[in-house]
Parts: sequence; structure tokens; C-alpha cells
Amino acid sequence: MDEVKGALTAAHRHEWARVLAATVRVAGDIDLAQECAQDAYVSALATWRLDGIPRTPGAWLTTTARRKALDSPRRAAALRARIPLLMEPGGPAGSRANNTVASPSPETQLTEMDDIPDDRLRLVFTCCHPALAREAQVALTLRLVCGLTTEQIAHAFLVSEPTMAARVTRAKKKISGARIPYRVPDPHELPERLDAVLTAVHLVFTAGHTAPTGDSLVRPDLVDRSIELCKVLVDLMPDEREVRGLLALILLTDARRMTRVNEGGQLVLLEDQDRSRWDRAAIERGRGMVLEALRGGRPGRFVIQAAIAALHAEAPRFADTDWAEIVDLYDLLLDTWPSPVVALNRVVAVGFRSGAEAGLQALEQLEADDGPALSTYHYLPATRADFLRRLGHDQAAAAAYRRALALAQNDVERAFLEGRLTTLTTS
Amino acid sequence: MAQYVVLIYESESEYANAAPEVYGQIMDAHNRFAEQVVERGGKVAGGNALQATDTATSIRGDVVTDGPFVETKEALGGFYLLEADDLDQAIKMAKMVPARFGGVEVRPVMVFPAA
Repeated sequence: MDEVKGALTAAHRHEWARVLAATVRVAGDIDLAQECAQDAYVSALATWRLDGIPRTPGAWLTTTARRKALDSPRRAAALRARIPLLMEPGGPAGSRANNTVASPSPETQLTEMDDIPDDRLRLVFTCCHPALAREAQVALTLRLVCGLTTEQIAHAFLVSEPTMAARVTRAKKKISGARIPYRVPDPHELPERLDAVLTAVHLVFTAGHTAPTGDSLVRPDLVDRSIELCKVLVDLMPDEREVRGLLALILLTDARRMTRVNEGGQLVLLEDQDRSRWDRAAIERGRGMVLEALRGGRPGRFVIQAAIAALHAEAPRFADTDWAEIVDLYDLLLDTWPSPVVALNRVVAVGFRSGAEAGLQALEQLEADDGPALSTYHYLPATRADFLRRLGHDQAAAAAYRRALALAQNDVERAFLEGRLTTLTTS
Repeated sequence: MAQYVVLIYESESEYANAAPEVYGQIMDAHNRFAEQVVERGGKVAGGNALQATDTATSIRGDVVTDGPFVETKEALGGFYLLEADDLDQAIKMAKMVPARFGGVEVRPVMVFPAA
């Protein structure tokens, strides 16, 4: 019995997206597809105990889910009402000529035992459609592509379950109400649409790497999902350099996971981390991907970010960091991605390359240009505070730390900022 | 095919302060828009320019007042009723709607399930 449960858990982890995506195409409706997919897993629990675990669990689950969808009276009703997602009639011999709601014959559907990679891509691109709010894109991707429950997603983002459930429901209603199509974007739309997908996956990673709120710095469940998602994307789109760039960025950044918080639960800065405990295998893999992705023309923003991460990862000690090169890469990044947050990161690098005074000047320039956009971003006053501290302007630094504390919401980061403030005000 | 309404929101003051030839350009653009929609396999099922918000009358319950329902920086100035297969197609068409002093909103028309 344990064996069956184990096989099902593994099948859920690895096959959920495939099963759901293939079922959406038959069901023509996300909710119906989800139910049928879930039912297939429930059926498996009973059937596999009697008949044994199938050789290809994914195919078994997909066929079962699709059969349930085809047989469902709700599918017939949905088709009659012309409400569901438009589907591209797919399949090896299927015609893509007309974008009608009717799908190919059930027999053709059921004999397609193989995984059509496009199905999962369709699902990902639909979840990350620009007509959906960013939060909704992330929630939907985690729910539909990763198969997390709403409770797990709510917990990861530290909102209540009803709030997260409502967010997912609204997003699904938008998809069906506004008729967001279930398709992979055309080549000319792909760069922009792919950027949205990568941004959503990156958001999952950053929310896991440094949780915005709560009592722990890292949420490993989110980090792991972002890595899995990214690997799936690399498999599905092997020629897209930006996808590899994102995976490299995630691997290189996550390599530091074990050293970012000490045994007492306190934040450990990059300069103080024990580099011998960084994940060297991940770093090597990441560096390899960056070097490969840098070939062949102008790099996109994820490849550039990965290159910056690689420079940090390969410095044997903090003091060996090539800050000049990092600042140059930030200049390149700003060209492609003129974001105030990127500009702030660049300011930090300038501070290390040329000293705190130069950093402070660059920071003041940034505040003049983009102050309002960063008004709730605690890293801005924290950066200012650090420059002022390094220059010995204790009172001004303390004021800046207070400002940062007013905005910071993660307990581990707050404890660090409070520590800095205490040192300044008691010495 | 599904129906979408494209609502055009633009700053009335920018319109008013525009050079005379701008009106001609915008009219031409609207005429071109109708052609472009057909070229892309869609259909313009309706649409109109609206007179400015100072000609609007709003009614809440029994109370009749002068002016638009909601005062916004960009005012509702016109609309199109389009037919498109899905939102992507509707967005492609909506992007072609002339709206240089503001932008557009795309809203699907309600579909009541067949009995």
C-alpha cells in the first residue's frame, strides 16, 4: 500500500502538469479539467492497489482523466453554451485550420498516449497571460502547473486561504469570461509573452529566496518549485536562451542557501558567508549555462542577471569580487531593463567598487530620478544607512535604519536592521 | 466569434488643445482602423464617437445631474463593438484603435447560456 501511495505522490510531483494540460485540451474548461485530473489520481489509488502500478503512470493518469472529461455531462453543457476556452484542435493529424470549440474525435484523443509538449506550454502561457494580474499569474501557475493546493500557495505567500482561493477563482473566471485562448503564442508575440512567464517564475523564486514577510528568510518549497518549473521550461523550449538564463540565475543564487542564515536564525551577509558551504555543483552548472547563453548575440535580462550571480559565485572571497565588471553588467542590464530596483542594485555595486562616498552620490542621483517608485522599498533606506554607517555618519545612518525598519516586514531582516541600529545608538 | 466592447478613454483637455490638423489625422486613423480589423479576420459590429463629457447627464435612482457618472482624468470618448475569436485577437485589434490621448479598455460582452 505504501508503494502505491509513494508512486502516486511521485506521479503528482512529476506528472501533474502533463496530466492537467492534456486534459484541458479535451475538457475545454480549466475547472472541469482539474476535477477530472484529481479524480484520476483518486481512481489510481484504488485501481493500482488491485492491478499494480502501471509501467507509465503518467500515461495511465492522462488517459483516465481525459476519459472522465469526455464522459462528463458538464463538458457537453459547456460546449453548448460556447463558454469554454478556445482550444487548438491538436494531435498529430489534427488540423489547426479553424479555431473552433469542437475537438477531434474521442478515439483520436484516447490513442494519443504520448505527452504532447505543447500542452504544458499552452498551460504555462495561459496562466501567465498579460491580461491576468501578476499575483494571479503566479498563483495560477503554482496551482495549475505545479499542482500545489491553494492552502500550500496561501501559506507560501502568507495570505489567508480564502484570499488565495478567491484570487485563483477570479483568474479562472477571467480566462473563461474574457476568452483567454489556450495556446502557445505566435513566434512574433513569443519574446514578450515568454518574458511574462519568466517573470512569474522568477517571482516565485524571489518570494522563496527572501520571503517578504514571516519569520524565516527562505521558503524552500517555493524555491524548489521555481527550479522545477524552470527545468520544465528549459525542456520545453531548449532554444530559448533567456529560459536557461533564468535557471542559471536561480541555481547560482540558491547555491548560497545554506549560508544565508546562521544557526541562531540570524541573517548572514554575503561578505560573511562561508563560501566553502556554497553548493559548488549548482554553481558549476549555473556558470556553464551562463557561458553558453552569453554566446550568440545580445543577452537578455535573465542571462545578464545570471552573469552577475556567476561573478559573485566564482569569487573565492568577498574581497576578490570583481565589482567593476559587476557594475558594467548592471549598466548593460539597465539598458535592457530600466527598472529602479536594478538601478538600486547597481548603486550598491558602485559603493563596493568605488567606496561609500561614491555610492551615496549614486544613491542620491537615483532618489532624484526614481524616488517615488521606491518609496515602499526597504532596501533603499537600508542601502543609504549602510553607506552612511561606513562613512561614520552615525546619526544619519540611524535615521535611515529606522526608515528601513518602518518598511521591512521579514522578521529575519528586521532583526538584522535592528541589530545595526542598536550598535549605532549605543556606541 | 465572441463580442468585445472597446471603450476609448482620452484626456479631453489634450484633445481641445491639439492643433487643428490633429482631428483630421485621428479621423483618418479611425477609418483605417475599420479596414485593419477586416484585414485581420475580425469584424467591427458597431461603434461611435461620443460628444464630450460636458454634454453628459447622469442619473442615480431619481436624481438627474449634469456631467459624467464618474469624473476621471481620461474621459470616455467613444467605443467600438468588435467580433473576435478570443481575447488575443481582440487585444490585437484594440491596440489599433486610435487613442493617442489616453487608452482603451477591452471588455467581453456578456454571454447568456442558451436555454
